[in-house]
Amino acid sequence: MDKIRVEGLNFYYGKHRALTDISLAVRDRRITALIGPSGCGKSTFLRCLNRMNDTIRGTRTEGRILLDGQDIYTSGINVVELRQRVGMVFQRPNPFPQSIWDNVAFGPRVLRSHTRSGLADVIEESLRGAALWEEVKDRLRQDALSLSLGQQQRLCIARAIAIKPEVILMDEPCSALDPIATLQVEELMRSLKMDYTLVIVTHNMQQAARVSDWTGFFWMGELVEFDITENVFTRPSNRLTEDYITGRAG
Amino acid sequence: MPTNQGKRGTFARITRALTSLVTLCSGMTPLSEAMTQTDKSGVSRTRWVEFAIEGAIRLLGFSTIGFVLLIFLFLLREGLPIFYEVPLGNLFGTRWYPTFDLFGTLPLILGSILVTVTAIVIALPLGVATAVFVSEIAPHWAREVLKPMIEVLAGIPSVVLGFFGMHFVAPVIRSILGAPTGLTVFAGALILAYMALPTIISVAEDALDTVPKSYRDAGLAMGATQWQTIWKVVVPAARSGILMAVMLGMGRAIGETMAVMMVTGNAARVPLSLDSLFRPARTMTATIAAEMGEVAQGSTHYHALFGIGIILFLLTFLINLTAASAIFHKRRRGGLR
Ligand SMILES: Nc1ncnc2c1ncn2[C@@H]1O[C@H](COP(=O)(O)OP(=O)(O)O)[C@@H](O)[C@H]1O
Ligand SMILES: [Mg+2]
Repeated sequence: MDKIRVEGLNFYYGKHRALTDISLAVRDRRITALIGPSGCGKSTFLRCLNRMNDTIRGTRTEGRILLDGQDIYTSGINVVELRQRVGMVFQRPNPFPQSIWDNVAFGPRVLRSHTRSGLADVIEESLRGAALWEEVKDRLRQDALSLSLGQQQRLCIARAIAIKPEVILMDEPCSALDPIATLQVEELMRSLKMDYTLVIVTHNMQQAARVSDWTGFFWMGELVEFDITENVFTRPSNRLTEDYITGRAG
Repeated sequence: MPTNQGKRGTFARITRALTSLVTLCSGMTPLSEAMTQTDKSGVSRTRWVEFAIEGAIRLLGFSTIGFVLLIFLFLLREGLPIFYEVPLGNLFGTRWYPTFDLFGTLPLILGSILVTVTAIVIALPLGVATAVFVSEIAPHWAREVLKPMIEVLAGIPSVVLGFFGMHFVAPVIRSILGAPTGLTVFAGALILAYMALPTIISVAEDALDTVPKSYRDAGLAMGATQWQTIWKVVVPAARSGILMAVMLGMGRAIGETMAVMMVTGNAARVPLSLDSLFRPARTMTATIAAEMGEVAQGSTHYHALFGIGIILFLLTFLINLTAASAIFHKRRRGGLR
């Protein structure tokens, strides 16, 4: 089943066209990986999916993005509600300079989606979901910035799932992490797949091959290849893709 | 292209001068290797010029420290005697009547504190709200207009504000309250709040500006509204800077003399009753300013005024210390990530 359908998407930073005629379908409860060289538009595309690009002045979007069949760029849509359904984890871990508890509680508090006693449960559940609970359960009141980068990133994931989104977007979530923390986050992605639809950007091709079900290859603002991951890595249909994944281009 | 090279040369020279200045200021060894290499003939001359500049800057730096120390010592010499000339019970008593040898500074200290705290209570929400508006919400053009306007605010002489307070603010307060006089703590606090506002706004705005965009992105991406993001993420992240803004504003308010003397009514009574806000009071600064002309040098009254100066200095010092430790904490927490 398609969770998100993108149809003929063009995106502009002022006059500069960063995305050209992108069409793809993101399957429900699957991991979709987006790969491609730096500057090819992966982050831009990802930020189209939760309309984070709206916060950048002078940007323009053409085409349609359907979330459960509803166009998220029509005028009636509530961007705040959209972002509650489509959460995001950023490239650099960006926990708030507050306690671990307050970080995870941020979403539920803002949404008032909990009862007073329920908040503790939500926090435990989210931290467990992000495979962080065992490491922090005794120091929930500590400053989040005192965690290691890998823990901070998992905290950001916990913070994102605390509002129970349907889709989670991750923009190179492991690029600031060491190999062990990276493996932990990858493990986490696989377990999140049970409940969430994931779209991840990575420029680590092994990572895409390891964790994703579908892979899209971006090249200079265009989606050159989009297929089941195994196909993309074993028999790509496009020369560019083949050159890139074998390391001859990019 | 000769012209181009000429320009380059000037630019390089300016850059070099600036770098040497910076190295001098930071107390490192002057004369970078690059400079020794660039013009061999000029080395000894450059060295000499460097030496002279370095010496001059040292001299200026040390003499500033020297002057500060001198003033402080002078303050101590003239002010300390009061603490043994007059029994402490008298000195921290509630009645300030120098003519009858009553030097109770309590009403003056409390007067200063009440006026200042009231001023900050008024200025803080206004200042932070304005800073949030300027740095987070206002469109670009409005920001460009507002920032210089706020700086102009800071430039209005306090005498002018005092005059304004005396002839416009005080009468309004009097007619609203039906009180015998509008020259009250509240009038003083209003004027002081106005004077502290520019400081609070610009320091708080700087603090908000240093909050990384990634925090805002995180808030918005979680489905928080812009307002929720500002209130629950950006302002808390800038809180040490905002605290510093308040401290600096307070420092400015507690030391202010002229405007306060003109509008607070100058009655030396202990402002601890509930209606104190709407009755006259007298501050430490106003006392010194009003009485310094009539004291005989070396008299007890004279020492008492300098004694008040010491107390005032300590209070200001304490406030600055709090502000400094706020900055220190911010650095240590890595708030500038
Ligand atoms: N905020 C921005 N303003 C203007 N141009 C941008 C902005 N962000 C990205 N771009 C441009 O859009 C293109 C795609 O960038 P991006 O989506 O960040 O690529 P990727 O994530 O694949 O490295 C690049 O040419 C980049 O210069
Ligand atoms: Mg990117």
